Amino acid sequence: MSSGVTSVSSQTTPAVSVSNLRKSFGSLEVLKGVSLDAKEGDVISILGASGSGKSTMLRCINMLEVPDSGDIRIGGETIKLKQGRRGMEPADRGQVDRIRSRVAMVFQSFNLWSHMTILENVIEAPVHVQKRPKAECIAEAEELLAKVGIADKRNQYPSHLSGGQQQRAAIARALAMRPNVMLFDEPTSALDPELVGEVLRVMRSLAEEGRTMLVVTHEMGFARDVSNRVVFLHKGVVEEEGPPAEVFGAPKSERFKQFISSHR
Amino acid sequence: MDFEFMQDTFLRLLSGVPLTLNLAFTSVAFGAVFAMLLALMRMSGVKVLDWFARAYVFVFRGSPLLVQIFLIYYGLGQFRPTLQEWGLWTFFREPYWCAILALTLNTAAYASEIIRGGLQSVPHQQVEAARACGMSGFLLFRRIVFPIAVRQALPAYGSELILMVKATSLASIITMMEVTGIAAKLISQTFRAVEVFVVAGVIYLILNFTITRIIMAIEWWLSPHLRRPPAVKPALEAVHV
Repeated sequence: MSSGVTSVSSQTTPAVSVSNLRKSFGSLEVLKGVSLDAKEGDVISILGASGSGKSTMLRCINMLEVPDSGDIRIGGETIKLKQGRRGMEPADRGQVDRIRSRVAMVFQSFNLWSHMTILENVIEAPVHVQKRPKAECIAEAEELLAKVGIADKRNQYPSHLSGGQQQRAAIARALAMRPNVMLFDEPTSALDPELVGEVLRVMRSLAEEGRTMLVVTHEMGFARDVSNRVVFLHKGVVEEEGPPAEVFGAPKSERFKQFISSHR
Repeated sequence: MDFEFMQDTFLRLLSGVPLTLNLAFTSVAFGAVFAMLLALMRMSGVKVLDWFARAYVFVFRGSPLLVQIFLIYYGLGQFRPTLQEWGLWTFFREPYWCAILALTLNTAAYASEIIRGGLQSVPHQQVEAARACGMSGFLLFRRIVFPIAVRQALPAYGSELILMVKATSLASIITMMEVTGIAAKLISQTFRAVEVFVVAGVIYLILNFTITRIIMAIEWWLSPHLRRPPAVKPALEAVHV
């Protein structure tokens, strides 16, 4: 059993804490000081027009992009950065790998490994990164594939699946790492409209389990109904933030009003 | 055409096949390791390594293999005292090892470009997905990058292997008695160049036909993801009937 201290700290320590994040690509400043806290069990929808910096922010959380300045803390552990020859870089690669194995990511274009079957995709990181026993990983992977509704595709290759099935496989792959936090980078944007629903249903069931999720999305329905907090980014700053009922009901920002009306 | 003579020649030339294959596969095996190193040097981003690899490929791909074989076998012979001092003479004295060295250096230059192409064709998103799972360094290379690159590079590497089988014929000019070496000897004894070379050509064709088939089989085995998915199980179909 975990001690009382741990349970208290898990209530007070945010699962993800981003503070004053800045990131430029060349002369273009994409993030101009973004802060965000996600408590355990939070489902946060991150909205914004393209170019608003929402994907970049998400990718900074697991160091796929390295911020120029600002702090990122995962479960209370600050990711250490240092000044490299070409801008900032992680000070401790081992720390980054360790944190990445607890923060799973689902990509817009699925990014399944093309040379592996669906089952092999799902057990890859648990077996080779987390070094868990293979038999246990296979059993768990089969449960996860059943949960996302593609158990019958376990021995097929990603190229044999529809986009929606591939994305559900990618979600199973992310879940197999038993992550503390899940990042979704526009998970339905590359899908045909009729396939969006099946992926959103899986994501909704994950939210109902109480998983901590940060979701960059254009799905207003998901943001409104599933998430407990909405963050609207505009030109690299948080323009509007709050519970969905509040921000959709009475938006304070003029830009967010425009954004909602254009995404109906 | 004297078919009895050709049959006899065929059997004599067959005795050179083991050496032909030995030269080809040994040099391709050594060459592959060296080629991998060269490809990694090219992609290392370290200027010195990059330029060394570029210069190497330029020299060994840009000059004839025959010249390289001559330089190694006859050219290095002029430095015999030095090589003896370094204890390398026992190596360079043997035409077999000179041939292996020349073929290895040559195939490494071509193969490094093939491998580099394969490595560069690995989709960036799949590498990123692996990084996002906490993979890095050799694990990432071994589990994701290399397996995908091999599948991309295999067709080109197959034709490199065939080129190497044919290139071994040049070893005959430094006294190696592989298929072409034996053929040349037979011609000097019989003066029947057409029959002997036709038979030698047929032997190379058979060898390369076999190699092509083996490579195709490996490709097929490595790329189930490029084929159509297996058909629906009969039991499931029966339900629909």
